[in-house]
Amino acid sequence: MAGEVVLLDCWPSMFGMRVRIALAEKGIKYEYKEQDLKNKNPLLLEMNPINKQIPVLIHNGKPVCESLIIVQYIDEVWNDKSSLLPSDPYQRAQARFWADFVDKKVYGASRKVWSTKGEEQEAGKREFFEILKTLEVELGDKPYFGGETFGYVDLSFITFYSWFQAYEVFGNINIEVECPKIIAWAKRCLQKESVAKTLPDQKKVYEFVAQMRKRFVSE
Amino acid sequence: MAGVKLHGTWYSPFPYRVIWALKLKGISYEYIEEDLSNKSPLLLQYNPVHKKIPVLVHSGKPICESMIIIEYIEEKWPQTPLLPSDPYERAKARFWVKFFEEKAPAIWPLYRSTGEEQKKALKDSLEMLKIVEEQGLGEKKFFGGESIGIVDIAFGVIAHWFGVFEEVVEVKVLEAHAFPRLHAWKENFEEVPVIKENLPDRDKMLDYFKKRRMEILSASQ
Repeated sequence: MAGEVVLLDCWPSMFGMRVRIALAEKGIKYEYKEQDLKNKNPLLLEMNPINKQIPVLIHNGKPVCESLIIVQYIDEVWNDKSSLLPSDPYQRAQARFWADFVDKKVYGASRKVWSTKGEEQEAGKREFFEILKTLEVELGDKPYFGGETFGYVDLSFITFYSWFQAYEVFGNINIEVECPKIIAWAKRCLQKESVAKTLPDQKKVYEFVAQMRKRFVSE
Repeated sequence: MAGVKLHGTWYSPFPYRVIWALKLKGISYEYIEEDLSNKSPLLLQYNPVHKKIPVLVHSGKPICESMIIIEYIEEKWPQTPLLPSDPYERAKARFWVKFFEEKAPAIWPLYRSTGEEQKKALKDSLEMLKIVEEQGLGEKKFFGGESIGIVDIAFGVIAHWFGVFEEVVEVKVLEAHAFPRLHAWKENFEEVPVIKENLPDRDKMLDYFKKRRMEILSASQ
């Protein structure tokens, strides 16, 4: 079960953060290797030749790619504590559905919010809030998407919270006003050590995004 | 096994993935044909988020998204496993399923467009097929090894539907000399009894997709 665990990642990646939270939840010791995506090193290209992306988990020399696939792998291998997915097959299907929804919808819309302007950005903002409101409805009155405890869906979405300040500044939006339940849920998740220790400071992410935005938008 | 229902459309590859999984495991189900131009209240109730098929309804509870449905079926009915038991091999299988889910949409513009957009779709499709040919299948008969598994089921679109699209747009993409392994896989896949006996009629599909392409192209003009 133990063995050598290495994580190839980039600190601001909301996908990499998912894996870091999962590793923290399970108390797994690992070596973190920060990657430079503008200058990909041979190890990354060898371990993920198809997508050439982070995160990549390398367990005993064997690579696992794609953040949610890595999280499921971690859950299956280190299955003695802190289950990330529910045990009931129907609940698992629902968890997979909502994590898949986050994967398909949140990144694309949020990207339009911080990397565009004008009409494209306005459309992106509308889409972003539509998606967040759908998630709010799904959350309902539960403390977490997983119910009483933090789980797979919470993990898949909470990492985007570290980018919220960037979205708000560049999009000129106020997420708490539009989606108060999401913010309340995020703050609840941040009370967990694994989340609090993993998520980078919003301001740090904002500064990182500011640099990236320059490449997309002339202002 | 009581109360398994599948909502789908006869021409879409996605409900067939679920049909193959159910048949391979010997699970009886009721099939309900949906008209996507006039979505039933039941479909909208079962899949309010995406409003799509397939939807599997088990004892009244809906599960959406074809590959998520298959993982559910696998967990509920473990006989004739579709996923490997080793976690690393499972992660690899899930990787290829995700790869296809992300890259396969490049195929649709091949069928739905013309000119530059179609050329780009052709290029993207060839790139995707090349990666699968060289890195996905290897020397194995099926992605699942000696027998078909979840990745073969996911790639089933390539086996039957792709050839129909090629004929409709009169562009050959998956050529045997360029993709010998995939070509062999395609032939082997379609010979598997459960697959062979559960495919939509090719002529009916050709007819349907030809008509649909004309509708799509004229609508975009």
